[in-house]
Amino acid sequence: MECRDIINTLAACLQEGGMNPGLASFVQILLGVVLVTLAPLIIVILLIWVERKFAARIQDRIGPNRVGPFGLLQTIADAVKLIAKEDIVPAGADRFVFNLAPIISVVSVILIWAVIPLSPIHIGVDLEIGALYFIAVGSIGTLAIMMAGWSSNNKYALLGAFRVVAQLVSYEIPFVFAILIPVMLAGSMGMQDIVEAQRGMWFFVLSPIAMIIFFLSAQAETGRAPFDLIEAESELVAGYNIEYSGMKFGLFFAGEFVHVLTNALLLVALFFGGWLGPFVDQVPALGFVYMFGKAALFYLFSLLLRNTLPRVRIDQMMNFNWKFLVPLSVVNVIVVALLLQIVRALGLAPAPELANDFVANLPQAVILLLGNLAIIAVVLNMLRNFGRSERPAEAAAIRKDEEMLPAQAAH
Amino acid sequence: MSVVNEWAFIGVFVAVAWIFPTLPVVLAAFVSPRKPNAIKMQTYECGVETVGDTWVQFRVQYYIHGLVFLIFDVEMIFLFPWAMAYNQLDFFAFGAGLLFLFLLTDGLLYAWFKGDLEWK
Amino acid sequence: MLELNPQSIAFFIFAAFTIGGGLGVATSRNLIHGALYLILSLFGGAGLFILLSAPFLAAAQILVYIGAIAILIIFAVMLTRSMTRLGEVYNRQWWLSALVGVGFFVLLVIGVILPVFGNLDPNAAPLDVGTTMDLGIALVDGNQFVLPFEVASVLLTAALIGAIVIARDRD
Repeated sequence: MECRDIINTLAACLQEGGMNPGLASFVQILLGVVLVTLAPLIIVILLIWVERKFAARIQDRIGPNRVGPFGLLQTIADAVKLIAKEDIVPAGADRFVFNLAPIISVVSVILIWAVIPLSPIHIGVDLEIGALYFIAVGSIGTLAIMMAGWSSNNKYALLGAFRVVAQLVSYEIPFVFAILIPVMLAGSMGMQDIVEAQRGMWFFVLSPIAMIIFFLSAQAETGRAPFDLIEAESELVAGYNIEYSGMKFGLFFAGEFVHVLTNALLLVALFFGGWLGPFVDQVPALGFVYMFGKAALFYLFSLLLRNTLPRVRIDQMMNFNWKFLVPLSVVNVIVVALLLQIVRALGLAPAPELANDFVANLPQAVILLLGNLAIIAVVLNMLRNFGRSERPAEAAAIRKDEEMLPAQAAH
Repeated sequence: MSVVNEWAFIGVFVAVAWIFPTLPVVLAAFVSPRKPNAIKMQTYECGVETVGDTWVQFRVQYYIHGLVFLIFDVEMIFLFPWAMAYNQLDFFAFGAGLLFLFLLTDGLLYAWFKGDLEWK
Repeated sequence: MLELNPQSIAFFIFAAFTIGGGLGVATSRNLIHGALYLILSLFGGAGLFILLSAPFLAAAQILVYIGAIAILIIFAVMLTRSMTRLGEVYNRQWWLSALVGVGFFVLLVIGVILPVFGNLDPNAAPLDVGTTMDLGIALVDGNQFVLPFEVASVLLTAALIGAIVIARDRD
């Protein structure tokens, strides 16, 4: 390896300067790690500001506007405040587990960043099993919530944690099934391979259903509305983090924000061509712009959903997952697998040397897209029939409740 | 990077990732005031004094949902290598994957029609 | 004989996690603490898989054991009433399980470790362990493992239905 640029070949540069090879590669790894770890933590400061401004505008307020230009430094002021707040650990709490939980919840999200491809040459580490790695690491976050709820010695926290964990594990199934599709299309679990495989055609075109399932279940995984039962203020006071205050609460908060951005980045990498864009091969740094630009759109869409949709009930949410998303994702995997075999049997699959060519990918893309649209049509029709049969019953139940009200008042 | 170096990166990453979230918590422990009293440390349950043990008994529902999740999780582990190698697989392999999925969906359908997935 | 390189240091760290976690599970009076120690132990196991160049198994270990089975164990603990704080040792057969554990260890030492101890060639070529891709092809190959693959599915379904029947509320 020769010394080319300072980040990717630092070890070679240091060796040229006369450093011991083992130490040089360790320094390179350490620098890479620190960069990848700090990136999400710095970005989150901006994200919190964006979210507060966005929510404020929707609610016809101004939002943070005092500290720094446009209130940009508000988050830093808040962080200082959180650090200076008294740290209250409730009586009877399990101190060690209680302190560990918020840290684990942030760590599990940061670890995902190791495999996110940010540009053609900038990725923490391009693991062979990248897709499986981020699923596995992300599932540790569930544990943090369980630990927080249990160690607080508070009934509401425990109830909240149990609900959340039931929600998170349930939505992990469609989440993982959706990831199966890009892996199948790219023939690899490495994140760079998945992005590279989209040079001819974005996977969003090949399987829009998988992308929609991924987005919805990611929304639920991060506890965003309409699935925000994680902080059901009206029912469970605040959910699993009720006893947390100060910086430890701040960590849960920061972890959630980073998670939303992380999921947006993963969505872009898996379905929207990641860092691919014009001239990215000549100027790799453009990859950052494309990657974060695309991800910002989905981040803002997620904010829009959060600020405009009401919360669903827990039974509705579980039904939506088990009786809609899970069957749909299984059917989607089967249909995509079948269509891929048919495309290959008909000789319509792009030849390996033409894999990056848009036109060569077109026949396969059209067939897969039509297959997906057929599923969508069938599903929408089923939902319409279901709605027709369900609505009169719901309306009757509401009428009955309303008739009961005056009768109760008389007692 | 060689395979060993890749995982060395992850190893260092796991170690370093702990530092940055731990730092503010440790800092807060030094900076923040500490004036505990019995009422402040009470469990917060809307101002009402807490009744009985916190570790109440939970419904079996949670366990059943966890169980279905576990089975699907194991299934996923089997399906990932299948999906990864799919470009090189023939129609027979598609049939094998289909049968695998079909058998597991059976379990889900059983739980569904027996009403075990209802959240009460 | 023992060479101190990054891999052997990593091995000892992971081994310490695995054994320490296991000891914690066996000695902890608090069931939830026991579950958390189990997670530590499993994490050490995942690290050992990585040192053995089996990253797929390591990811499976974290996803299935830490992400699913540990959660299930905690759910199961919470199903039982006031089991989280045991004051005394309820298990009267602890000596039996200790005996079985020691027995297995002796078996392992005699059967697996002693034959190769000291005979390993440090310069031997690494085993050709195959990739995840090979695994995917082998699992659905009619001449290789397609039958175990489908039987695994039947087994999982049977486990699911059986567990639901046992766990179901009888009211």
